[in-house]
Amino acid sequence: MHFISPVLWQFLIKWLTHFAIFPPEASSIAPYADALYFFLVLISAVGLGAVGFLVFYFSIRYRKDLNPEATQIEGSTLLEATWTIIPLILFMICFVWGALLYFRIYSPPTNAMNIYVVGKQWMWKVEHPGGQHEINALHIPINRPIQITLISQDVFHSFSIPAFRVKREAIPGRYNTEWFEATQVGTYHLFCTQYCGTLHSQMIGEVVAMTPEDYEAWAAGSTSGNSLAQNGERLFASLGCNSCHNSGPNAHGPNLGKIYGSHLQLKDGSFTTVDDAFLRDTILNPTMHEVAGYAPIMPTYQGQVSEEGLIDLVEYIRQLDSQYRIEQTIDNSAAQPIQTGATPPGTSAPVLAPGTVKQ
Amino acid sequence: MSTILTLPDQATARLPKVSYLNKEYGLKSWLLTGDHKRIAMLYLISITFFFFIGAAMAALIRMELLTPPSDLLAADTYNKVFTAHGIIMVFFFLVPSVPATIGNFCIPIMVGAKDLAFPKINLLSWYLYIAAGIMMICVLTFGGVDTGWTFTTPLSTHYLNTNVVSAGLAVFLAGFSSIFTGLNFIVTIHRMRAPGMTWFRLPLFVWSHYAASLLMILGTPVLAITLVLVVLERTIGIGVFDPTKGGDPLLFQHLFWFYSHPAVYIMILPGMGVISEVISTFSRKRVFGYTAVAFSSVAIAVFGFFVWAHHMFVMGISNYSALVFSLLTMLVAVPSAIKIFNWSATLYKGSITFETPMLYAFGFLGLFTIGGLTGVFLGSLGMDIHLTETYFIVAHFHFVMVGGMLMAYLSGVHFWWPKMTGRMYPEGISKLAAVITFVGFVLTFFPQFILGYLGMPRRYAAYPPEFQVLNVFSSAGASVLGVGYLLPLLYLTWSLKYGKIAGPNPWQATGLEWQIQSPPLTENFAETPIVTHEAYDYEWLESRKGSEVPTVG
Repeated sequence: MHFISPVLWQFLIKWLTHFAIFPPEASSIAPYADALYFFLVLISAVGLGAVGFLVFYFSIRYRKDLNPEATQIEGSTLLEATWTIIPLILFMICFVWGALLYFRIYSPPTNAMNIYVVGKQWMWKVEHPGGQHEINALHIPINRPIQITLISQDVFHSFSIPAFRVKREAIPGRYNTEWFEATQVGTYHLFCTQYCGTLHSQMIGEVVAMTPEDYEAWAAGSTSGNSLAQNGERLFASLGCNSCHNSGPNAHGPNLGKIYGSHLQLKDGSFTTVDDAFLRDTILNPTMHEVAGYAPIMPTYQGQVSEEGLIDLVEYIRQLDSQYRIEQTIDNSAAQPIQTGATPPGTSAPVLAPGTVKQ
Repeated sequence: MSTILTLPDQATARLPKVSYLNKEYGLKSWLLTGDHKRIAMLYLISITFFFFIGAAMAALIRMELLTPPSDLLAADTYNKVFTAHGIIMVFFFLVPSVPATIGNFCIPIMVGAKDLAFPKINLLSWYLYIAAGIMMICVLTFGGVDTGWTFTTPLSTHYLNTNVVSAGLAVFLAGFSSIFTGLNFIVTIHRMRAPGMTWFRLPLFVWSHYAASLLMILGTPVLAITLVLVVLERTIGIGVFDPTKGGDPLLFQHLFWFYSHPAVYIMILPGMGVISEVISTFSRKRVFGYTAVAFSSVAIAVFGFFVWAHHMFVMGISNYSALVFSLLTMLVAVPSAIKIFNWSATLYKGSITFETPMLYAFGFLGLFTIGGLTGVFLGSLGMDIHLTETYFIVAHFHFVMVGGMLMAYLSGVHFWWPKMTGRMYPEGISKLAAVITFVGFVLTFFPQFILGYLGMPRRYAAYPPEFQVLNVFSSAGASVLGVGYLLPLLYLTWSLKYGKIAGPNPWQATGLEWQIQSPPLTENFAETPIVTHEAYDYEWLESRKGSEVPTVG
């Protein structure tokens, strides 16, 4: 092979021996996605083969040399019906199969472990409930359903893990979710796939799937000390939420104990389920959902709480199983004012609680 | 392989003394013309110019992607280059390509009229196109724009410091050019058909342009409104799309794709019209299932308006609306399949020859079939999650838009070139160009399907090294493709002076445009034609043999 440059030759050899047509199948959903892909490739090959056969066969059989005189044919209703109905049936199979897969990918099981991800230009900020914070990396245990709750603090991003065959956009102003269950230990690509500005192509990271034991070890060694709920509790106190949401006899706001997942009646008589999105909306834009029985006096916290702060608050409220905890919060906040560890002693910078936004 | 080319005897062949090309001379006679054929020529020159700018951008993109890091272009430059490629190719080449050139030239003649219904609006449409084009060139010269051709908010409204407003206004203007073209076609097809030219005697080229024109005039205003909202949001902060002001960024996606999905059909339908004409002519046979092909164009136009949210399956629309849009997407694939099978069946018992337009048409059939079938991958909800926003989707729409539309456009340009200029293109080298284009195209875009399934995201200036080999293939293919596009530019220009004289009907085609002199008179017909035969009636053509083509002078 002396006529090919050795560099190119090695390059080709390496590629031919490492040629990949599929990304690794590393999640429980991946085999299902690949099965649909094979089916689609198959019907495409059949369709292309049919068209190719007709075109080539007729071109050879009815070329002018062999068939100098064309026979005029009007058309055929039977044939039209055939090539309407057969593709229609095939496409309907693709539709149903695809829809089943879609619902499977986007309907998280109830026992999934929730991890929050905030997208910003140009990084992924991952917040584990236990207080582990990561940037452009995601550590997860295998064989356990993981739900990702996504939001963006600026533009559209898209959280894509090709090895898991999942993807969902992170959009400003609303929570989106996706879930997966990793099945193989390994390190996989994490991409932002929605164009998000200058360094879009640098907004990539790694998903590290580990055995549950390794994950426990990693989680224990990487925690910042406070869980998200604990951060949320401090933020709750520092924003003064408990001055109204305190379950006292004259409280201006609803009791927040066990509120997550409950059905609330709104002023217009309709009911809504309290979920992450509802809590986020009511903090930022309290008049969006007015709860029956309470005056709409809550001020907006738009621009005062960062996306991470909102996640902390949501996570805190999610875990409130009784009002007792809030009463404790009042005492705590009275006893120990919030300290920001980030502010070095001696500077005169305004003291900000973690999770709040500088005005 | 024989040819049906029936060139007049070259010793005695002459170009007609008077034609639309030599009736008047001087720049002014071109710039102030109301003649649809001259406007078509103006369009032909201008879209060719923009095509090669867009192609140069594509060349830069493919060169940058030869290596994994962003080393040839910085990330910002790369973003500007792919944005320019997208905006120019979509709004300044694909949308006007077949309708504004070949459609403009042929539709009045095909229906037997002297001109379009509104010649001055036709000229205005070209001026709007040129104004928009100059604006776009200025945008590129003074720093470019890096929103992507989709102008996604809130990136475009709040997070970029490039020429978003002027680029948006340029596209806004270009949109009006397209609305005027569509309006002109619709009125002409309704009101100006010659005596006896009933709806079902119209060539399928006219039907597909009618369907595309409906999309143009109904869809483009929505794009115009959306772009104005983006400009207002960016300049005075009205907050329609900004969630912190109570707006909804998904609303932008809905509005944008409400135009931009039908826009895909605006681009492809006229190309389908070209394919119907070419395949019928070179197999000497009427198009199989005329009514099915005609109505499938209309079906595509109608269904095309109700599938836009399939661009948003991963954006967090409700699962149930995703279900509806996926179903409708599957339905819109059916009329395209019907067309493909009808074209294939047209060949059956034909008397087929293989001139350049036919080769391009065969290229279209293969590439469009792949493009259409991969569209089914993307319409299938669960598969879309993995494939969308990757190179799979890039390959898919290039198969449809370049493999489909550009092949159809080149097919049409070669097919009507003798009619437009009165001279033949050189047959040998043009066949070579058709083959080079096909091979280059497949080599460029087929590897991108594999890249997409492997997960390589689109719009990446830098990519992980394991994707390099397929990218090298793709870039190599792009250079072959480049040759395939440069060749026609050269030999078609050459043929303007040195091409053989074509005579009125070198292909023995049945359309009304082939029954008049080449190039035609300014008023097209010496006397108003009376139509007594259906489209693609080769027996009628046979009976006319020997009758003189009326000329003037």
